[in-house]
Amino acid sequence: MSVTVLYGDTPSTCAAARQDGDRLWLSAEDLHETTGWLRKPEGLCRGDACIPVSGEWVDAQGRIEVTALAERLGQPVVGDTGRSVWAFGTSARRRGEDLMSLQAPDFTLPDLDGRPHSLRDFRGSKVFLHTFGSY
Amino acid sequence: MYDELREQGLVVIAVALDAGGADAVRNRILCPDLAERPDALRTMMGWSDELWSRAAPPTYPCLIDTEHLLAELYQMTNVPMAVWIDEQGRIVRPTESAGFGEGIRKMDPATFEIPADELGLLVSNRSTYVDALRDWVRRGAESPFALAPDEVRRRMRLPDADDVLAATHARLGQYLHRIGDGEGAKEHFRHAARIVPGKWPYLRQSMVLDPDLIGQLNTAPEFWAAASASEKGQLYPPIDMPGIRPH
Repeated sequence: MSVTVLYGDTPSTCAAARQDGDRLWLSAEDLHETTGWLRKPEGLCRGDACIPVSGEWVDAQGRIEVTALAERLGQPVVGDTGRSVWAFGTSARRRGEDLMSLQAPDFTLPDLDGRPHSLRDFRGSKVFLHTFGSY
Repeated sequence: MYDELREQGLVVIAVALDAGGADAVRNRILCPDLAERPDALRTMMGWSDELWSRAAPPTYPCLIDTEHLLAELYQMTNVPMAVWIDEQGRIVRPTESAGFGEGIRKMDPATFEIPADELGLLVSNRSTYVDALRDWVRRGAESPFALAPDEVRRRMRLPDADDVLAATHARLGQYLHRIGDGEGAKEHFRHAARIVPGKWPYLRQSMVLDPDLIGQLNTAPEFWAAASASEKGQLYPPIDMPGIRPH
């Protein structure tokens, strides 16, 4: 069935997915396109990292359980099976490491006219970054 | 309030944590009935005369964070909160209340009236905070208000599993809002608020995605009940800065 996955910056539509409770399986191609993890003989690889694939992660149709991968990586996952939308976040460990480096985490957000601005655009100036809300 | 500091080279980035997007924010900062908002509110929020009279929309970057990404990246638990970042992109003051405080608890949600002593303290503390900011802009690393790395790390609140899970719900909520599923969006922001009750933007957001509620400031009864019932220090952690007095 078709499932929308929020992994990177843009939503992906995964046509041959299977969802069951809090578990989600994607075809190898969808997995690669959506998450960047590629199935190789060594296991699942992305960049320099490879993770051995447990047989339990692969179903009878050769789909790979991306939720098991996420759990291994410490990634938070939210599955809304009723709406067939799944969101994957960044691990707490990774967020903490980024903060403890004291380098302000970069981000890109649009202004009122839709133009994107990144924090790194302002390197070289002191920045007062503050938040508010319309509510 | 920050215009003088901008002239001295400070970049002020204002980010709206708002799934309502540009429309909601435009309505808020160029709010048609702003003139009808009570003086008490205006004083409390520190809005400048130009902003109040709608003569001058902000000229600094005003960004929209529909997913509440900054709540996750910087552990913002409420608005307004701020982080000070130096020219090398290093955090010199981690997330803290941007000169605001718990005096808001004493505000009457219907009239925005607030006891004079609480209002006075909010104004005084904000003045202290802005003075500190001014000092940093002028003196940079020499300023005592720019904290040493060890102190920044000591003060930092790091995200835990609940924080990143709530952020993922917010991400899903924002997506659903974007594709027109308002009920689904609210449901996920409610999940986020339940998982991390201390992050108030999630709770607010779960309530104000209805178009006719856009611009209503903190006045939803459910929100006010939750805020009033929260423990001291839960709304706005006290600012750890010399001269700031607690509520």
